[in-house]
Amino acid sequence: MNYTSLEIWVIIIVMGAGTFLIRFSFLGPLGRARLSPLALRLLRYTPVAVIPGLVAPLVLWPAATGGQLDAARILAALVVTALGMWTKNVIAAIFGGAAMLYLGLYLF
Amino acid sequence: MPVTTTKSAFWRGFRDGAPFILGAAPFGLLFGVLGTEAGLNLVEVMSMSVLVIAGASQFAALSQMQDNAPVIMVLLAALAVNMRMAMYSAALAPHLGAAPFWQRAAAAYILVDNAYAVSAAEYDKRPDQTTAAKMAFYIGCAIPVGLVWYAATLTGALLGQTIPPEFALDFAVPIAFLAIVAPMLRTMAHIAAALTSIIVALALAFLPYSSGLLIAAALAMLVGSEVERRMGDRFR
Repeated sequence: MNYTSLEIWVIIIVMGAGTFLIRFSFLGPLGRARLSPLALRLLRYTPVAVIPGLVAPLVLWPAATGGQLDAARILAALVVTALGMWTKNVIAAIFGGAAMLYLGLYLF
Repeated sequence: MPVTTTKSAFWRGFRDGAPFILGAAPFGLLFGVLGTEAGLNLVEVMSMSVLVIAGASQFAALSQMQDNAPVIMVLLAALAVNMRMAMYSAALAPHLGAAPFWQRAAAAYILVDNAYAVSAAEYDKRPDQTTAAKMAFYIGCAIPVGLVWYAATLTGALLGQTIPPEFALDFAVPIAFLAIVAPMLRTMAHIAAALTSIIVALALAFLPYSSGLLIAAALAMLVGSEVERRMGDRFR
């Protein structure tokens, strides 16, 4: 990571302020305004639209292996996803994925 | 009478929200550890957790920062993850909108996923409560998570660099992210959005500073929304 202290503080403060404004929107200035059905539908998909795209390159080309495909990490990612979809339990998915990762790193 | 109602609503919220403390702690811990390992100092790590209180966006910022992405790209990725909170805000407004300004501002500050989810379920079950009781319930379920978030981040930041590389902590963020998102994949529309996001992000990975991610996210939202519209409620 290569940022000046000022840049780091800009990131922290703008993230904090921006997140607050998003959260305050309808509880505050937008008051009784209603989101259109289209806006509601789009917003419903923000986490599943952003996070998988963010994670995919980290899974396929991890910095820790110099960007090389790594079976342990790929298997761990698949196990977390499968457990999460099946159990709907975040903690169970994390422990299952971590177990797969360490097993894979030990085996391969 | 109103005081006791409000008080009991607070404790009911506290009780209903308590199971989520378990969920917040490991993420806070992880953010503290990874933030420090990435090179943020204790004050910076803690400030982010206190000002933002949103695990997914903090991890998104961290991962962009490890790529040395420009400040604007870090902010766009981090804030994009939080756009869903506008929906929470809109959903809570009919119940909390009549509360005093400072209470609504405080409620907004601490509007995390589970505070929204637990409260929305409660208001659905008991729609006729006073605004004060609804607010007390909400605060009761939000405050413990917030406090645990700060404490866990602090603990993680203090442990920080003492964790050796053999633990492959680099992969903790992808695992945490997937664990958050996988339970959300409950409809065809969600799965279609997630797949679009993955495919487009990988195809555009050559673009600098994860700018492909923003295109992937925008397309994925459109795909999710469109699949939902075409399928109607059948797969909700």
